[in-house]
Amino acid sequence: MLVEHALLLSALLFVIGSLGVVVRRNAIIVFLCIELQLNAVNLAFTAISRHVGIEGQVFVFFVMTVAAAEAAVGLAVIISIFRHYGTVGVDKFNLLKW
Amino acid sequence: MFLVESTLRSALAPSSALASALPAAAPQEAAHWEPFLPGLVVLLPLLGFVANGFLALRAARRSSAAVRAGKEWSPIAGSVRPRTHTLPTWIGPGVMAAAFGLAAINFATAWGAHLAEPVIAGPYWTWIATETLRIDAALQLDALSLAMTMVVTGVGFLIHVFSVGYMKDDPGYPRYFAYLNLFVFFMLVLVLGSGYGTMFVGWEGVGLCSYLLIGYWFSDVKKSDAGKKAFIVNRIGDFGFLLAIFLIFQGFGTLDFMPVSAGAAGEFAYGGTMVTAITLLLLLGAVGKSAQVPLHVWLPDAMAGPTPVSALIHAATMVTAGVYMVVRSSALYALAPTSQAVVAGIGVLTAFVAATIAFKQNDIKKVLAYSTVSQLGFMFLAAGVGAYTAAVFHLVTHAFFKALLFLGAGAVIHAMHHAVEHGDEPPAGHGHMDPQDMRNMGGLRKHMPVTWAVMGVATLAIAGIWPFAGFFSKDEIIWYAGAWAGAESNPFGGLYVAYWVLALVTALLTAFYMARLMVMTFHGANRTGPAASHLHEAPRVMIVPLVVLAVLSVLGGWLNVPEALHQTALGLFGAVPAEGLHHWLAPVVHAAEEIQAGAIGEASKSAPIGGGELAWALVSTLAAAAVVIATFRVLGRRSYATAAADPGPQTALGRFLHGKWYFDEAYERTVVQPVLAASRWCWKVVDTRVIDGFVNFTGSFTRVAGWVASVFQTGQVNMYAFVLALGVLLVLGAAVLLP
Repeated sequence: MLVEHALLLSALLFVIGSLGVVVRRNAIIVFLCIELQLNAVNLAFTAISRHVGIEGQVFVFFVMTVAAAEAAVGLAVIISIFRHYGTVGVDKFNLLKW
Repeated sequence: MFLVESTLRSALAPSSALASALPAAAPQEAAHWEPFLPGLVVLLPLLGFVANGFLALRAARRSSAAVRAGKEWSPIAGSVRPRTHTLPTWIGPGVMAAAFGLAAINFATAWGAHLAEPVIAGPYWTWIATETLRIDAALQLDALSLAMTMVVTGVGFLIHVFSVGYMKDDPGYPRYFAYLNLFVFFMLVLVLGSGYGTMFVGWEGVGLCSYLLIGYWFSDVKKSDAGKKAFIVNRIGDFGFLLAIFLIFQGFGTLDFMPVSAGAAGEFAYGGTMVTAITLLLLLGAVGKSAQVPLHVWLPDAMAGPTPVSALIHAATMVTAGVYMVVRSSALYALAPTSQAVVAGIGVLTAFVAATIAFKQNDIKKVLAYSTVSQLGFMFLAAGVGAYTAAVFHLVTHAFFKALLFLGAGAVIHAMHHAVEHGDEPPAGHGHMDPQDMRNMGGLRKHMPVTWAVMGVATLAIAGIWPFAGFFSKDEIIWYAGAWAGAESNPFGGLYVAYWVLALVTALLTAFYMARLMVMTFHGANRTGPAASHLHEAPRVMIVPLVVLAVLSVLGGWLNVPEALHQTALGLFGAVPAEGLHHWLAPVVHAAEEIQAGAIGEASKSAPIGGGELAWALVSTLAAAAVVIATFRVLGRRSYATAAADPGPQTALGRFLHGKWYFDEAYERTVVQPVLAASRWCWKVVDTRVIDGFVNFTGSFTRVAGWVASVFQTGQVNMYAFVLALGVLLVLGAAVLLP
């Protein structure tokens, strides 16, 4: 019973995160939404580990470590973008083509 | 390397065997006979080709190096010739002399041993070995191939010697001898090969050399076109020959001559479809190679090559390969009476058509070319009436007198060319005078008496006047045509009577056009103009071969004096053995003659309208002599216009004959133009529209698709994330929903 609730919450958080990534313009918000997605996955891992074994919880630590590193790099990139363009709106730059 | 070694090894082995076998050989019946170095006969011209080819390449390299350095270099400019242009003089004729010597030794010992069974030399190696088909590189020595080898090497040697004088001032001198030697090599492979497979190698090889030598002066586009024409027309014939080879293999499981001719009667029913198909396909090959109607059109054009080449390849040897092949396959032809009737029909038709065309030609080599076509027709007629010996006999005598005629014409052209080049001024108002046009000649007898004399001998020989060579051989062919028509159960008796009449008429036409050639060239007033003072007799190196061939043209006929003439005045009252060639060739055509005798019975003893062989021999020689004399008297009085002033033939018939029966024009319209039109259609429609269209469509479709796809690549990260999520959803959805 509890697992299903936890998974449902996880899915809800993930969808909210995904929608945030697609819809929001502010890079900081997009970044936070990615974090939301990661934590939704963490929640799912933890809930599942109850049935499957301890590995799920081990994975959570991995994800948190990677997320910490990613946060550091991501924030640095955003700061660098802000310094260059004077804005952090993702719709304001379109370098990622060709 | 392997070829040289193995040939030498197996060629050397029999020589010691010969020495030990000679004392024990019985003089009377067919004794054991060992060939003496047969492989070397074939190998020597090949070595000559390699040596001369090497010299030709060296000369070419030197010339191109000079051009690259911005200088001019001509091998014939200075007073001292470079070594590349002096060595071929000795190598070219030298290997031929050696090959002829070896061939003569073999021929003489085989004659002495009364060779009856073919002797196989080799196999030197196996060319093709599969489970069912095995083709050895081996030589078959028997009466026919030895006789052919004698002609090829003997006449070939004389023509090589003549070429030394004729081609002396040509920059391509070593290349010329390389090609000529290569030709002799392939011709020897053709006549000595032990089966249809090896024969085909020689067959194609001589075709290649013919092409190379017709287009020898390749910078003249007309001459290189003539070479292409010869090659392409011959392809049609080769296609038939190849199909025939396949069918022979299907029937016999082997391509060797011996099992084929021995097993023909057991394998095929008389007049059966299969044997008729094989022989007709073989005939297609022979018609192409031997320039018979309707594939004769290439031979007159082949005169674009140097004149000694015309003498060797396009008169004496290569073009007779078709006749040789029919005689070689005589056991098959004897089983197919329909094919025989076709062979004889094509032969006599060719003889007649070509003889009429020769009436109205003005180019001396063209007259001789059509004369060759006509004489080849006679040989086919002989082969078609089962007189294979007569075919080979005419082949041999024709090789003598036609080589002589061509070389004589070569001497004339040589002199004319010289005169035109050194003449003070070109004839009135025209820049260039054709040195081959008989209308520009006349009265050359005064300037070149020896050439006139030997050409006269050859003319009498080809006209069939006793006692010259052509009398015996041509008369025999006509006689056999008549006798065959009267054979007891000949299914096409009436047809052969027509052939016989046509052959008689053609023999008289021959006498006429050859007499015309003599009159226009050597008699009457000279029409060369101011250049005439530069006309001169040919140098000795060219005269000597002419004289030797003249002697052979006189004596060649005595090889085979018919039995009926043997004891009479026409046979010198038995001074010469009768039917020498016939007895010699008997083992080769024995199988065919047995089949023929069984199927259609004895040949008639008299001609279709009565009279024996002796009577008709007298009639034909007297008639030919009368034609020659009449022609000389009538045409000798006529005055000819020079080529520049000649308005051309006035009558419709004259134009028709001058236009060569419009064969070329007919082919142009029915074959060449449709093929060109079809090619153009393939080019404009199939190639540029369909094939190029498809390729271009592929290209532009990819570009358009790429452009459409690039619209989605906005550079907006959100967009990418959206597409990514959508993709994941699609994949997951598919994995869940689809079973």
